[in-house]
Amino acid sequence: MSLSPEVLEPVPVADAAPAPKGVVGRSPGQLAWMRLRRDRTAMISGCTLLFLMLVALAAPLIEVLYGVGPHDEFKHLLTRRGSIPLGYAGGVSADHWFGIEPGTGRDIFIRMVYGLRTSIFIALASAIVTAGLGVTAGILAGYLGGWVDTVISWITDFALALPFLIFALAVMRPVELRFYGPREEVPTWFRVAVLIAIFAAFGWTSTARLVRGQVISLREREFIEAARASGAGLGHILFRQLLPNLWAPILVSFSLAVPAYVTGEAALSFLGIGIVDPTPDFGAMIFRSIAYLQTDPAYVFFPGITIFALVLAFNLFGDALRDALDPKSSR
Amino acid sequence: MSLLAVEGLTKHFTARGGVVRAVDGLDFTVRAGQTLGLVGESGCGKTTTGRMLVRLLEPTGGRIVFEDRDITHLGRRAMRPLRQDLQIIFQDPYATLNPRHTVGRIVAMPLTVNGTRPPGGVKKRVQELLELVGLNPEHYNRYPHEFSGGQRQRVGIARALALRPKLIVADEPVSALDVSIQAQVINLLRQLQRDLGLAFVFIAHDLAVVRHFCQRVAVMYLGRIVEIGERDEIYERPRHPYTRALLSAIPDVAKLGQSEGRIRLTGDVPTPMNPPSGCRFRTRCWKAQDICATEEPPLTAGVACHFPEPEGAP
Repeated sequence: MSLSPEVLEPVPVADAAPAPKGVVGRSPGQLAWMRLRRDRTAMISGCTLLFLMLVALAAPLIEVLYGVGPHDEFKHLLTRRGSIPLGYAGGVSADHWFGIEPGTGRDIFIRMVYGLRTSIFIALASAIVTAGLGVTAGILAGYLGGWVDTVISWITDFALALPFLIFALAVMRPVELRFYGPREEVPTWFRVAVLIAIFAAFGWTSTARLVRGQVISLREREFIEAARASGAGLGHILFRQLLPNLWAPILVSFSLAVPAYVTGEAALSFLGIGIVDPTPDFGAMIFRSIAYLQTDPAYVFFPGITIFALVLAFNLFGDALRDALDPKSSR
Repeated sequence: MSLLAVEGLTKHFTARGGVVRAVDGLDFTVRAGQTLGLVGESGCGKTTTGRMLVRLLEPTGGRIVFEDRDITHLGRRAMRPLRQDLQIIFQDPYATLNPRHTVGRIVAMPLTVNGTRPPGGVKKRVQELLELVGLNPEHYNRYPHEFSGGQRQRVGIARALALRPKLIVADEPVSALDVSIQAQVINLLRQLQRDLGLAFVFIAHDLAVVRHFCQRVAVMYLGRIVEIGERDEIYERPRHPYTRALLSAIPDVAKLGQSEGRIRLTGDVPTPMNPPSGCRFRTRCWKAQDICATEEPPLTAGVACHFPEPEGAP
């Protein structure tokens, strides 16, 4: 590694090759996007997700085009005695694509369209709140260290140790009673808000851990020190220098959190502490369909398949995203 | 008048099992436009010293005086105007640039965080800087991963120059580069130093690079300066035994195969958690006497040794 003065003498020359005018480099994000575009799994699952989200967004429009609302009842299409839909496969017909619900006679297709809306809204909202809280906590804990890190890590460990389902079961009803009387109707928006709050209270910890670890490994990098040596403040370092390097893990954990919340919300609704009938929801629908499993098996089939497709697509997309953002990771 | 004066600069880290005396009482000065080389083995406190000079690390003791102002314990806000005069170039060209920012944004960062508006706009200034360090200004929108190590180091230099500093701490700026690229970067730094009248504190373990670049040289051992002086004094007539040992280790093609004249030090560098009493070098010194274990030699006439080589001896 040593140099003799003679070697050093020549005047410096630019070691940059002449480039065409107005050259624009590809950012790491653009490279990841190109890799994602080439990934067939990512494209198929991404399109599935896009389609399902469009359906959820356009639910009122679909209702108008379809001509049936989520609360319209078609009791004349049920058997008198057992309230089982007439016809094949749970009453599938040109007017009712996925058949009608036994008991109430509501159209399954339009209820699923609206149920998709409930599910995706709750899951996305929870994931966004979770990511926001987790990233803030993680970035602060990782960068500041010291007692801030100790306190945040302690809270994280505490929250991770609590059993989620038992906590949710125990908390939901008392919270409702705190704001509404025992005989009052609890509005849907309130239930949704409590659900999101419970998910966020439990979910932020894993994101926080992930981000904290990343920040600790980035904190000592020289570009952070360069920013500090130039007089950059905490805000600049956290949000301009660190955050752009954290998008990859944040996006991946976000896209893997959404399907977890879809199933989580369905599970809570199935247990009767999430969204309840008559609000359209996958969990509540599957819960109702259990009673008709023998007499009308088609009822469980359509919501079950859809939620399966939704969760699978989200998970596959999340995995593909991780591969695209971090091409060096081994599979 | 000196641009930078350091008096008794000390940095102790608390670690498991005791206190690491990384830097233990340094005194030196740098005049405007002058280059001081800081050499020594790994772990002797060179990098810690550099980090303290630009206030990335808080000194445990001593004083740093920059342009007659004591900046040792200035807060971030008070430090801000001085940051423009004091910049740093880092060692690792792969960690020194934010991988998610374009080169233009990286070089503009010191301007952005200080709210500086150069005449002609930030973009024009950044392109001037890129040209100054020998990069194509058209590469403004490129990302660090598209550049080679030497080019990245040039970007780091451009960033350090953005605020027109008076003193740059260069922390082993070329030791991570290929030898051929080292020469280019060193020459660039030397040219900038002459053209812009910059002062440098040049931290390195490569004695040949330091000899080429620095007017003055300080040799560090275990957190202390053992010898400081003009380049030719140090290289031609070293007085401290440690300096002599270091210099004798430079490979010389003309003397290939000969082992005479080479001083081999025995043993390892003692841990800075528990440095030897008296002279820190005594455990590896062939001249050590009883006094070396009891009395720490002060840095007088540029050398900290009880038995220095006589001045003027070859």
